Amino acid sequence: MSIQTKDVQHVAKLARLNLSNEEQEMFTEQLNAILQYAEKLNELDTDNVQPTTHVLHLSNVLRDDVVQESLPAEKVFRNAPEEEDGQFKVPAVLE
Amino acid sequence: MTLFDLRLQELHDRLHSKELSVTDLVGEAFAAIKERDGRIQAYLALNEEGAKQTAAKLDAKLSGGEARGLLFGLPAGIKDNMVTEGLRTTCASQFLKNYDPIYDATAVTKLKAADAVTLGKLNMDEFAMGGSNENSSFQVTRNPWDLTRVPGGSSGGSAAAVASGQAYFTLGSDTGGSIRQPASYCGVVGLKPTYGRVSRYGLVAFASSLDQIGPVTKNVEDAAYVLQAISGYDPKDSTSANVELPDYLSALTGDVKGLRIAVPKEYLEGVDPKVKDAVMEALKTLESLGAVWEEVSLPHTEYAVAAYYLLASSEASSNLSRFDGVRYGVRADSSNLLELYHESRSQGFGPEVKRRIMLGTYALSSGYYDAYYLKAQKVRTLIKQDFDQTFEKYDVIIGPTAPTTAFPIGSQVDDPLTMYLNDILTIPVSLAGVPAISVPCGFADGLPVGLQIIGKAFDESTVLRTAHAFEIHTEHHKRRPSL
Repeated sequence: MSIQTKDVQHVAKLARLNLSNEEQEMFTEQLNAILQYAEKLNELDTDNVQPTTHVLHLSNVLRDDVVQESLPAEKVFRNAPEEEDGQFKVPAVLE
Repeated sequence: MTLFDLRLQELHDRLHSKELSVTDLVGEAFAAIKERDGRIQAYLALNEEGAKQTAAKLDAKLSGGEARGLLFGLPAGIKDNMVTEGLRTTCASQFLKNYDPIYDATAVTKLKAADAVTLGKLNMDEFAMGGSNENSSFQVTRNPWDLTRVPGGSSGGSAAAVASGQAYFTLGSDTGGSIRQPASYCGVVGLKPTYGRVSRYGLVAFASSLDQIGPVTKNVEDAAYVLQAISGYDPKDSTSANVELPDYLSALTGDVKGLRIAVPKEYLEGVDPKVKDAVMEALKTLESLGAVWEEVSLPHTEYAVAAYYLLASSEASSNLSRFDGVRYGVRADSSNLLELYHESRSQGFGPEVKRRIMLGTYALSSGYYDAYYLKAQKVRTLIKQDFDQTFEKYDVIIGPTAPTTAFPIGSQVDDPLTMYLNDILTIPVSLAGVPAISVPCGFADGLPVGLQIIGKAFDESTVLRTAHAFEIHTEHHKRRPSL
């Protein structure tokens, strides 16, 4: 399984990244090297092995549905690049 | 003997008896930073005003006879991926270069509650991705033992600050070795607690199933002391463990008679011969104290790095999707929302972060999930089983922390895979989620070598006891770099 530049372009789109031509070339080469190294894992038969997502024996952690204090709005917007009327402002989504 | 050579508990006693004021101690710390950090470049931001105010308050508290916290008056540095309200937190990323946190991480809250004093924020590889601090977007921290070499990473600033006397202790974070490897390279003590021991609330997430906060200190007793203060269940982190918190200081008995040590043969293969010599010497010391060691095999060790880079990068690609330019951080100028996401991220992230996001996105993408992500999760199970089986017969596992000593700055930047392989001895431990410490065990050509002691889940006490027994019978941790 080898990665082509078009695969890198597709993954960059999924990852919401714009890559320059040089970056595309570099990542094509480097991702191929890393994934080739990862092929090593196929030496192991894992057909009957359960995946580990997490080392703790936890499933759902629930708490009582009690209203708690929220962060004050002025803190929430402290780092906002743009805000208006207590909302984060972004360019129009719909034309 | 200088103030810096005192153990945290000794300093605490001197502060209590008013032999020394917190204001003077904190002043001493900033004097050291001003003298040395131009050369070391460990700090990204200083909290000088805030620290002086806290020091004055603590001095007044002592005069008023109020109760003192466990870390009363002790000057600490914090890795820059733990949020600190009112103190800029950047993760060493352009993306967050002006980020002003709106709350404190739980570990920071606990330091404050214990009356520690925050000196500043410490350099790291961007978003904790890297093992040399060369991936910081702001500066490259230098190894205090040789300024042409890396301090290790990603908690390179945390380790270099302690090694150069610029913080009495620091907090780091460890995902695949990011506390232990820099501690090894800088000749200090670094402890990665069991996954779940310390709350991750307010630790900017890299790989959530692996990230863990821990102390970097001058000696093992200090590590026990700091661990005591930062550990415990936190309702704000549902993966923090609700288990009993032992008294770590009382675990330091100095007694390792009958301790059963496993030494994985895989951890000695391909290791620099001088590093191996130092580790074998350390085993002899432990043996002379009554411990017994045997060679064992952890057969899946060679698969750990591949599994780790797939898993950690996958988790990172998901975690870092929050950096979209909408609520904080870099916002690119664009009239189109999708383009705003793309441009903000492309401007804000450095090459290693992009590389891992790309790898993780690929491993999780449709058609490749089973082949890469799921496969790596299954291999993680096999690696964990290696540890479970070994711990049925042994109390601790011991080996080197890293295969080599600190490497020259710039020598590995063009080869990500080689860089990743520096973590080959710390990554399996992270995948298994168990605790491990790196303690100085010798020098090779003037550079520190670290001994890694690995324990059972939630058995930091045995790890600390073993490390402490070793340390009190050796002098390596007392050596300081000449600066």
